[in-house]
Amino acid sequence: MDLPFLWETFLSLIAAVPLTLQLAASAIVLGVFLALGLALSRLSGILPLDWFARAYIFVFRGTPLLVQIFLIYYGLGQFRDVRQSMLWVVLRDPYWCAVIALMLNTAAYSAEIIRGGLLSVPFGQIEAARACGMSHFMAFRRIALPLAIRQALPGYSNEMISMVKATSLASIITIMEVTGVAAKLISETYRAIEVFVVAGAIYLAINFILTRLVALAEYQLSPHLRQPAALPSTSTGATR
Amino acid sequence: MNQPTILDLIGTGPNGWGMALAAATVMTVLIAIAGFAIGAVIGVFGAWAKVSGGPLTRGIAGFYTTVLRGIPDLLVIYLFYFGGSAAVTAIGRLFGAEGFIGFPGFLAGALAVGITSGAQQTEVFRGAYRAVHSGELEAAIACGMSRSLRFRRILAPLTLRHAIPGMGNVWQVVLKESALVSVTGVVELLRQSQIGAGSTGLPFNFYVIAAAVYLAISTVSGGLLQFSEKRFTRGVRRG
Repeated sequence: MDLPFLWETFLSLIAAVPLTLQLAASAIVLGVFLALGLALSRLSGILPLDWFARAYIFVFRGTPLLVQIFLIYYGLGQFRDVRQSMLWVVLRDPYWCAVIALMLNTAAYSAEIIRGGLLSVPFGQIEAARACGMSHFMAFRRIALPLAIRQALPGYSNEMISMVKATSLASIITIMEVTGVAAKLISETYRAIEVFVVAGAIYLAINFILTRLVALAEYQLSPHLRQPAALPSTSTGATR
Repeated sequence: MNQPTILDLIGTGPNGWGMALAAATVMTVLIAIAGFAIGAVIGVFGAWAKVSGGPLTRGIAGFYTTVLRGIPDLLVIYLFYFGGSAAVTAIGRLFGAEGFIGFPGFLAGALAVGITSGAQQTEVFRGAYRAVHSGELEAAIACGMSRSLRFRRILAPLTLRHAIPGMGNVWQVVLKESALVSVTGVVELLRQSQIGAGSTGLPFNFYVIAAAVYLAISTVSGGLLQFSEKRFTRGVRRG
């Protein structure tokens, strides 16, 4: 065991963690809004929207993420119109290309998870909300969406973990996040196993913390499933 | 300047990349199949260890699946590619060879994909085994079947039947993961598209072609999986 080397590797890799987290977080946050839109399009019953969402999900789930990244980063630059437009400021930057590709990709997977969550809301709940006089929008905002989020959270945590792993692909378009730095270290030192162990441990730690956080959120969102706290016994309660 | 259209690019004419892309598609399918097969073998043993192993084997299998599902596939590919090259070079030096010896990219890729998909297939097989009703095994014992006969006639076919949907998911993941093997320089579909993009200056066209081919492979294999699922569950009563 070459501890000084491991420590040095750890220091250079940990410096790249913020970039990995930033990539994952921006992709997940931006992607979830797109996913919600796609899920609602699928459920809207408006055929063109439904078909668009279906086609989108089919294409983005059926092709490798790396192809999508290359298509956006290298592919779009082929057109002079793109290169001369305002968008080029964003599209020539590998960081933004990676964020856009990850966002578009995660939206396709999340849309189906959110759709499953929305479908799992019992119709009686929405009926009750309507009977209380809530508008469709309010019933969605106050009743359907919170219930759907709670239902979709376990499946969505898997998607978040795969997004953290997917940020490693950004290293192929020159972004020096954890895997990028690890690949550089490996090709400089040829000590693949040591670097791999340290980088792997960092990813495992990130994903472990992420699953703990989601479990905490799930706990907070489902008070009805918890054991009620023991109440001090009162005489009125006992006689009922 | 008249640029070749997508149809010219996938044709076999003078500007055509059709043959190269077809060969690369075959390579992609080969990597995916090899990785999937390695993963299936690992998955069977992993599930066996998790289901009927002692505390030590269970612990090892649990560690393996947790780690391999928690770290990026690309990192595993780098480990096998660079680590393999380092190991082969060290062995070569023992036998007096000079300099650097590269590890074959195909082997590194297939092993890396196999080991990551093995972690997923372990869980698939374990879940499928759990889905086999104990009554069916009891019935086999009551019929006087020996342990090996029970495994061969009852447990294995039933587990396989329950595993098909999960295996289908893993196959789709493996197919897309095979694109990452392009970093080792193996000329599979994505690498060939990069080469084509570089030499014609038409990256968009080539990556669209690559995406379409991946989509076609996953659609066709998805259909085959659905067919086999139907065939293997034809004896199951529904509703």
